[in-house]
Amino acid sequence: MSTLKLDLENYKELLQEYIKTKDEQALYQAEQFSKHSMQQNISPEEIINVHIQSLQEIYPDMPEYIQSSMNFLLETMISYGLAYQEFQTLREKQLELKSEISVAANMQKTLLSTVKPDLSDIDVGALSVPAKQMNGDYHHFVEDGKGNLGIAVADVIGKGVPAALCMSMIKYSMDSFSGIRTDPSVILGNLNRVVERNVDASMFITMFYGLYNSNDHTFTYSSAGHEPGFYYYKDRDEFEEIDVPGLVLGVSPEVSYKQYEKRVEKGDMIILLTDGVTECRQGDRFIDQEEILHVIKQYSHLPAQGIVDQVYKHFERLQDFQLRDDFTLIILRRNV
Amino acid sequence: MNLSIDVTNNEGVSNVVLTGEVDAFTAPKLKDTLLPLTKEQGHVVEVDFQDVNYMDSTGLGVFISALKSTKEHGATMRLVHMQDRVYRLFKITGLTEIMNIESTVQGGM
Repeated sequence: MSTLKLDLENYKELLQEYIKTKDEQALYQAEQFSKHSMQQNISPEEIINVHIQSLQEIYPDMPEYIQSSMNFLLETMISYGLAYQEFQTLREKQLELKSEISVAANMQKTLLSTVKPDLSDIDVGALSVPAKQMNGDYHHFVEDGKGNLGIAVADVIGKGVPAALCMSMIKYSMDSFSGIRTDPSVILGNLNRVVERNVDASMFITMFYGLYNSNDHTFTYSSAGHEPGFYYYKDRDEFEEIDVPGLVLGVSPEVSYKQYEKRVEKGDMIILLTDGVTECRQGDRFIDQEEILHVIKQYSHLPAQGIVDQVYKHFERLQDFQLRDDFTLIILRRNV
Repeated sequence: MNLSIDVTNNEGVSNVVLTGEVDAFTAPKLKDTLLPLTKEQGHVVEVDFQDVNYMDSTGLGVFISALKSTKEHGATMRLVHMQDRVYRLFKITGLTEIMNIESTVQGGM
């Protein structure tokens, strides 16, 4: 196949050859010609124009009615040309949007970024992976400099851009509360009022908020309808669900959240997650809690970050590397 | 997976029978069917979950907005024949405390 040049001469030769030989090869080249024209943004009526000119050159004595009918066809094709132009513009716009979303995703990453604390008493592992470009899961660590570590894990209903925007609101509300009072129940109560006032009726947020006091190794926590985490007792080598009642944020304006406290012994683990972990599916089969705990146990000899990474890899494999939902997992383990 | 929604109306009561999965793809359709039913004073909306084996948080969102709407318009909604897995979702999110839910599962309440 020769490389095609988009010009009158070339088209004319192809046409002439086809009329003479009815050869399939010429038809194939015509197809190439049209593909090439599309790449060059050539409109359909321009091609017809080229066709008319070629005909005139090949058949100088072309009957007038053919000439007229060709002009007629040319006019008819103009709307198609416009539609094609519109398609081109839309395609450019789509690329533009795509790049804007990726800028937004990067901004979100910066806005919501949280530094995993480096503490001597507790080993912390954290991982959050979005299913799409933007993450509807959120986790945040706050240290108060007095030995308290606040941990928030949240999931906004829905995915994609709306969920991500909502998450940014939560992050800023939390920043404005911080330093006033750090009781989990108070933080959730305040956030609930903000969310209830500001989001659509069908939107809601689940959040678990915990406060680890490394002076006396107590863990205080409350939950707003969040997927239950797990507590691991080192001495008994047993897991227990951290099942805390509490209504999701944003449904009812006046909700008070109960607060619970637990004493953490050496080697104990606190496991916090979002439903992207428990809603993992392998084909039609759901992953059950037992399986998650089994995988955590299997890697429990590793540092907390190692466990988190391995659990993610395990479920990523199970789902053929296609996450259905955002995945967030946090593990805290008391070292000393 | 698909969701089929069958509505039968009978003397101020709408019976909504769901079959399939309620997720991000099917939730908008459910919302469009369910919400108008909740906007009539004194109307009762009963949603049958017998054949719903999966629901995700988007589905919960639909029922939360339906609940808000019933309160606003003086209608009532009850969710019946809920399977274990779906009931768990309402339970975790604290919605069993504020919604009228009847589960089929023993000890589920």
